[in-house]
Amino acid sequence: MSSNVYIYILVMALVTYLIRMLPLALIRRQMNSTFVKSFLYYVPYATLSAMTFPAILHSTGSLASAVIGFAVAVYLSYKEKSMITVALCACMVVFIAERFI
Amino acid sequence: MNRKKFQQGMRDGIPICLGYFAVSFTFGMMAVGGGLSIWQAVLISLTNLTSAGQFAGLNLIFTGAPYYEMALTQLVINLRYCLMSFSLSQKVDQKANPLHRFFMAHGVTDEIFGISSAVHGDLSPWYMYGAMSVAIPGWTGGTLLGAISGNLMPDFIASALGIAIYGMFLAIVIPASKSSRTILAVVVGAMVLSGLFSVVPGLKQISSGFVIIIVTVLVAAIAAWLRPIQEVQNFEQ
Repeated sequence: MSSNVYIYILVMALVTYLIRMLPLALIRRQMNSTFVKSFLYYVPYATLSAMTFPAILHSTGSLASAVIGFAVAVYLSYKEKSMITVALCACMVVFIAERFI
Repeated sequence: MNRKKFQQGMRDGIPICLGYFAVSFTFGMMAVGGGLSIWQAVLISLTNLTSAGQFAGLNLIFTGAPYYEMALTQLVINLRYCLMSFSLSQKVDQKANPLHRFFMAHGVTDEIFGISSAVHGDLSPWYMYGAMSVAIPGWTGGTLLGAISGNLMPDFIASALGIAIYGMFLAIVIPASKSSRTILAVVVGAMVLSGLFSVVPGLKQISSGFVIIIVTVLVAAIAAWLRPIQEVQNFEQ
């Protein structure tokens, strides 16, 4: 196995890099289509939301602590706290919740 | 070099670094546990910088899968980065040297994409480099420590850090939802849809990488069709 591990690593790294690089390097001009512009405008919100839920529910040791952390993160985000504040408070609340549950 | 943008990127990269640490620690541990050397585990993290793809890749290495299967698996799991890069391609500062795009590309992860698209106005390559300069050491360093220790990180630490990245994502999408009902609909719609994919029989078999692509394309396309943006607007917090 050890002889070809590096080929595996090369294949993984190359494919992953090409996926990331090609659109960035090839699409340099601003798109004119309103649909494409609108689509790309909504992409980050859709992607980040889809990645967060339901994955957040399995991101901690138990469903209960995850739900509490989720609720706290939503509340602090609603209050427009900074990213680092929201992230750290969610971690802390999960940590505390798991001492009691 | 734009020092201010770089520092801004570093600051926003801190929660990413924390979240990465917990995940990559596990990766390092599993890699060495399965028979890779510490150096090989670190090399994978440094060159791939992605979680799901690396864990899947590890499995294929251990089972001695053919190389084309490795390539296909990585393509399927990581295809979402294509969409993110496409989105960023329109946001990168047009005045920046196009060569930057080749280096920025390596930093297109779920998390760095998240903070980069939340930047107000054009995206400076230096902002991304700043975030990468904090996040990449977190990812590779976590792998290294996991590989060396060969033991599980204490559960309570891994468990608490696991939620950091999602907290960050929420801090990006929720404030924006307050100012636009369409964005609110996109956020809730995407969550509900990806929630359905995780419970409905049949849909459950679809890999999480594909679910993200399907949900994103569907929800963003519907929103763009029903509520096209009026003029050039930037995704901002």
